[in-house]
Amino acid sequence: MTIGVLALQGAFIEHRKVLERLGVDTREVRLPEQLEGLAGLIIPGGESTTIGKLAVTYGLLEPIRAKAASGWPVWGTCAGMILLARDIGGLAQPLLGLMDVTIRRNAFGRQVDSFETWLDVPELGGDAPFRAIFIRAPLIERVGPGVQVLARLSDGAIVAARQRNLLVTAFHPELTDDLRFHRYFVRMTEEATKA
Amino acid sequence: MEPRDTGTVAVKRGLAQMLKGGVIMDVVTPEHARIAEDAGAVAVMALERVPADIRAHGGVARMSDPELILKIMDAVSIPVMAKCRIGHFVEAQVLEALGVDFIDESEVLTPADEEHHIDKHQFKVPFVCGCRNLGEALRRIAEGAAMIRTKGEAGTGNVVEAVRHARAVMGEIRRLTSMAPEELMKAAKEMGAPYELVKEVAQLGRLPVVNFAAGGIATPADAALMMQLGMDGVFVGSGIFKSSDPARRAKAIVEATTHYNDPKIIAEVSKGLGEAMPGLEISAIPQDQLLAGRGW
Repeated sequence: MTIGVLALQGAFIEHRKVLERLGVDTREVRLPEQLEGLAGLIIPGGESTTIGKLAVTYGLLEPIRAKAASGWPVWGTCAGMILLARDIGGLAQPLLGLMDVTIRRNAFGRQVDSFETWLDVPELGGDAPFRAIFIRAPLIERVGPGVQVLARLSDGAIVAARQRNLLVTAFHPELTDDLRFHRYFVRMTEEATKA
Repeated sequence: MEPRDTGTVAVKRGLAQMLKGGVIMDVVTPEHARIAEDAGAVAVMALERVPADIRAHGGVARMSDPELILKIMDAVSIPVMAKCRIGHFVEAQVLEALGVDFIDESEVLTPADEEHHIDKHQFKVPFVCGCRNLGEALRRIAEGAAMIRTKGEAGTGNVVEAVRHARAVMGEIRRLTSMAPEELMKAAKEMGAPYELVKEVAQLGRLPVVNFAAGGIATPADAALMMQLGMDGVFVGSGIFKSSDPARRAKAIVEATTHYNDPKIIAEVSKGLGEAMPGLEISAIPQDQLLAGRGW
């Protein structure tokens, strides 16, 4: 089983390293033909405007949409979450538009407001909280009926969610040594491959 | 409410990690900033003058007018960086107060202190600093830099110094990885770098922070060259807005940085870009006007 990491820009090497620690094969994706044969895809953190423009120029949006529509797992972290969203408050930038959520970009302010905190994520199993790193992070303002909320900040802001084969996190599990979110996505991918 | 820890090492180094594989462009107006963002820049550096003009203008080069920086911050959604003089910690305090996303403690401006760089641990905002070799990079990291870049020779459109500095850093890292443990202390002494960081680099086989190329990059092929030499991304200063068609050249450099290992794509995006910025031979620059020698 090989999981792809969209490698147009951003922290794609960090995701590959975590997946390799879990014994999963990975491939960097910059062109549409590199999507062939992948069991799932991670869209990493980075600048969502940069990744979106390059995805349009190199014809990646349509093939990713088509694969995701057939149940192919996709996980977006931070910028990746923005790209997966259907609505980002009317901002004009290219999106995959797959997930029924409304997202606010740079929701916590500028870089000096970026932060780390502990999150409860019951879906990961166990009681241990997850150390979440938020960098100029977005948040989820609204979720549609088919969307499961996985984590909230204590003020109620939604920062992780799942809609069937689509997973989004506003923070960066790839920047920590906690492998649980990657393990969770690998399980989603294994289940989708079996189905 | 759960505590939210701001300004941590992970948060500061993490923003640099999100910039990897991208192009950071020097801009002097909000219009430039929008052109850069539309072309796919991951961040912009807000300046009053690009390095080529600082070189031509002469005199003391200082931090930009806060009003200009704020206008550029309002114009784009991507991170905005700004430069302060080496050692000028009050300029850095001002930039932090303005809310810029990254500070470049830069040799392109006239140094305010010839012996001390800023103690960057005192700030919540992350810093990027220039280097010519591994020892210089590790001294800046020890002072709290969250990101490193080559110095190159800014404002020349000549990539040769950036190549020299990138090869020096990467070569010295490779040398450390092959050393016996007892040789690392000697290496630390020779390069004037903290032993703990030397040990960390020997173990990681890379710097503990993101490392970009800067100083003289003018073409898509220059950007891809620096990426193939092992840099994590590129800064383009004068190279875009001193060229004949900035919007097209900016987009081409972004694409060449992403597809740095694909010569067919680099060839395609390099077609018909118009005039690159006029270049400067390094040996034609008087010794006292070379920027890379500022700082240590």
